[in-house]
Amino acid sequence: MSVVTAFFYLFSFVAIASSVMVISSRNPVHSVLFLILAFVNAAGLFLILGAEFLAMILVIVYVGAVAVLFLFVVMMLDVNFAELRQGFLQYLPIGALIAGIFLLELLLVLGTWSIAPHLIATPATAAFTPPDISNTRAIGRVLYTKYLFYFQISGFILLTAMIGAIVLTLRHKSGVRRQNVMAQNARSRKTAIEVKQVTSGQGV
Amino acid sequence: MELTIGHFLVVGAILFTLGVFGIFMNRKNVIIILMSIELILLAVNLNLVAFSAFLGNITGQIYALMVLTVAAAEAAIGLAILVVYFRNRGTIAVEDINMMKG
Repeated sequence: MSVVTAFFYLFSFVAIASSVMVISSRNPVHSVLFLILAFVNAAGLFLILGAEFLAMILVIVYVGAVAVLFLFVVMMLDVNFAELRQGFLQYLPIGALIAGIFLLELLLVLGTWSIAPHLIATPATAAFTPPDISNTRAIGRVLYTKYLFYFQISGFILLTAMIGAIVLTLRHKSGVRRQNVMAQNARSRKTAIEVKQVTSGQGV
Repeated sequence: MELTIGHFLVVGAILFTLGVFGIFMNRKNVIIILMSIELILLAVNLNLVAFSAFLGNITGQIYALMVLTVAAAEAAIGLAILVVYFRNRGTIAVEDINMMKG
């Protein structure tokens, strides 16, 4: 067994084991941490496949952003999580049945399937990657030319998600003094300054 | 033993099934359901990258990048909705989400 194969089994075993822990752990914080472990191991599998760019993006985006977001939300919500776990065993038989049937179907599909030889990319195919350029360069070559539209659409999706998340969670507290730009701009010299004639010795 | 595409597809299938199983098992906890969806999307990404690597075609990795984008957006929106819901109702149990029922 070569080193690559050994690492494949290591990464896939840890990824699957931590995924099991994600869905069965009692404490949601532990679930998030196991989710991070699963993503890191999936990044290792991507590295084995030669997709270095996606592996690093997975670590940055998922471990750095999404998992931390989950962690924030889990710690922010003051929920009795033990209560939410009631009925866990009640759903176990039906869930296991459906998941078992589903896995069996997927494995049957995999067992009776093979790649048609004409599908393997050759230099004549559009998205063929020459073996002598790096993975990141290969992605960059097509991402900004052939798939530019998809790239921009994904940017818009992220923008929409950002605006949506901000709009949903923004809270306007009453009693907080905020800057009122319209009122500031509407001020003129007449409304701002009042000239009073003060007679000496009497005050205002 | 040589690694084939089947190895990676089996791992992807197991991860996908675990995600579906997680949705069934944690019917009450929305946070775990969101994490299960992330697992499902990860399995999909693994399939796409495996095909991309073994077919020598970079398109699969571009697709995986798009899936990653949508997954990040979905997590952000989902968690924002969750936070707003918790502020309004004080609970995140799925069964209590029935205010829009007529």
